Amino acid sequence: MSGAIRDESLAPAATGEPRSTTSRIASSRWRFAPWIGGAVALLLLPYVFRSGASITMMSLMGFAIIFALSYNMLLGQTGMLSFGHAVYYGLGGFITAHALNVVAAGKLPVPLLLMPLIGGLAGLSFALVFGWVSTKRAGTAFAMISLGIGELVAASSLILRGFFGGEGGISANRTATLKVFGLNFGPQIQVYYLIAAWCLLCIAAMYAFTRTPLGRMCNAVRENPERAEFVGYSTQMVRFIAFCTSGFFAGVAGGLAAIHYEIVTASMVGAVPSGFVLLMAYIGGVAFFIGPIIGAILMTALQISLSDYTGAWLLYVGLMFVLVVMYAPGGLAGILLMQLSVLRSGRLMALLPAYALAAVPTAMLLAGTVMLIETSHHLLVKSAEGPAMRLFGVSYDATSPLAWLAIAALLGLGFLAFRRTWPLAANAWHQASAEAQRRRSP
Amino acid sequence: MLELVIFSTLNGLLYGMLLFLLASGLTLIFSMMGVLNFAHASFYMLGAYFGFQISRYVGYWPGLILAPLLVGVIGALVERYGLRVVHKHGHVAELLFTFGLAFMIEELVQMVWGKVPVDYRIPQLLNFSAFTLFDTTYPAFRMFMLLMSVATFIGLLLLLTRTRVGLIIRAALSHPNMVGSLGHNVPLVFMLVFGAGCGLAALAGVIAGPALITQPAMAASLGPILFVVVVVGGLGSLGGAFVASLLIGLIQTFAVALNVSLADVVAPLGLTLTRDSIGGDLWMATVAQVAPIIPYLLLVLVLIFRPHGLMGNRET
Repeated sequence: MSGAIRDESLAPAATGEPRSTTSRIASSRWRFAPWIGGAVALLLLPYVFRSGASITMMSLMGFAIIFALSYNMLLGQTGMLSFGHAVYYGLGGFITAHALNVVAAGKLPVPLLLMPLIGGLAGLSFALVFGWVSTKRAGTAFAMISLGIGELVAASSLILRGFFGGEGGISANRTATLKVFGLNFGPQIQVYYLIAAWCLLCIAAMYAFTRTPLGRMCNAVRENPERAEFVGYSTQMVRFIAFCTSGFFAGVAGGLAAIHYEIVTASMVGAVPSGFVLLMAYIGGVAFFIGPIIGAILMTALQISLSDYTGAWLLYVGLMFVLVVMYAPGGLAGILLMQLSVLRSGRLMALLPAYALAAVPTAMLLAGTVMLIETSHHLLVKSAEGPAMRLFGVSYDATSPLAWLAIAALLGLGFLAFRRTWPLAANAWHQASAEAQRRRSP
Repeated sequence: MLELVIFSTLNGLLYGMLLFLLASGLTLIFSMMGVLNFAHASFYMLGAYFGFQISRYVGYWPGLILAPLLVGVIGALVERYGLRVVHKHGHVAELLFTFGLAFMIEELVQMVWGKVPVDYRIPQLLNFSAFTLFDTTYPAFRMFMLLMSVATFIGLLLLLTRTRVGLIIRAALSHPNMVGSLGHNVPLVFMLVFGAGCGLAALAGVIAGPALITQPAMAASLGPILFVVVVVGGLGSLGGAFVASLLIGLIQTFAVALNVSLADVVAPLGLTLTRDSIGGDLWMATVAQVAPIIPYLLLVLVLIFRPHGLMGNRET
């Protein structure tokens, strides 16, 4: 099962397979379709989700997408695992906030539209400095160095109080900048469109990067650094350039975040956003260009909505991450694309019975896990509220043996049935996809 | 001054030896399986919390034995049912798995024991001062910590170099396939080494828990320093990890005691720097204030001049 996913995830993400001539002509005509579709969707979304909360959420998703994609430039494309990517995001945010204050003081005439560029340039300059040191090594050592540099910058925020603003952070006022086209960027909807425009621009730029010879060299360095060296490329240089480019886009995301929040605190360069961007990109799927986009949208939504429902939401996120690492290295995008290939050949219908069969124990396991976490969370953290609690619309006593029996039954039976039914679903998928392959190349 | 030097050396040695208790397990696991266990500091935290929980029922001393054993078993299970599954996806996936594990352990600890530090007390037996030097007393528990970590170090050294088990472990480090061909169960060796490494980390947790603060952030604050130690020492080098542990332990302890800033250093040269001059806060920060970043600065310096660490070989 997981072997198949592995093969899928190895299939180069953004790099195309050899195509026949007809499909190439068709693809050139439809090349811009997803981009135009994306632009229209971004334009229309605020008319669909009108509430202030959803517009704010979509703004958050906008810079989370840029941040996650910039991260994937390292992890997915060049194979560099970074634990300190928030350094460039956060420093981009800080420089943008300082720049906003300089502009507000009337010393620098820069319109807000271009402010994220300042954040990007800041991210780029810091990536030039730190990247020079950290890209000397690859693999595990690089991961540890990125962690060390992340801690270095986070700890410096306690010393350089002038720049990082100490506990209170740096606040800025986005409306006090130079006005262009009569936009003052006071209302959130204007900020949304600013973020959406930059988001689309950055997605396009980062996608274009994957198609350049340099982008392909990054993939080569990821797959086989030794061979890349023999071909004549300096893997260190390729890593360095990828690192700087990624730092630039992280800085843009940070600049947009600074504009959105109008305040930047030292926590923005810390270990928490560094870890979170890794979760976003990996859960979404690092082997596919679209993966981090899915991950950023999902994780931002979870961060905002799930945290209202449960105090243990980070535990769910961690659990989801570990499960993805263990059983679905292609991430959510990998799972979706697996279904897409079957759907294209029109065989998805034949799969549905097997999927439905596997879904029952999966749902049991999920329900059991959620119940276990929520009941223990209630007992341990909210013990002051008494043992009465509500879950899935059912009220029960968290200390009653019946509830724990139900948890044990759901988990135990679910696990046993899961082990029986899941191979069936996996086999069905393998057959369907083999069939689809045979049809494509007779 | 002498007082400062003696006490800082003692504390530095103590901190360094504690770091080595963690770093040795981490290095052994790394050189054997190629996995840098990101959750290593989390096992240290688990050790402290388990020790605390046990001490509430039966006192400190049983916890000193039980908590590391318990964590060691958990570590072995993690290797058997987690890492071994991820192994086929490569080293990055393994590192990510342990990262996710560290994330989950922190959340679980917060859920079970709360977000505030727990009251993990020094055992009554050792709650006195070992000696008094220049009017400053040194707690007996700290001497106990130092002795315990040195004893563990010597025990580990003897185990690895003088026993048959150590022979197999060292052979499995460099030639796992050959050891397997000779009829040894290499996956079992891996599992046991992983469990033992986690147990060592937990032992450090039980030793350090009462003296330092037992709180959910203790893993996240020690973890990065631990990784600095193994990178500075050279990934996979046990000797390097030992030197780097002591080095970082001593540097950090001495730095905390120094209340000198750059502005003070250049003042005799006739230069006056204040918070308002260019660079501002940088000149006014005392060495004690920058102590938390010194390990990371050391990491950067070592990488510039010796990219493979103090004692690392070129391959790793």
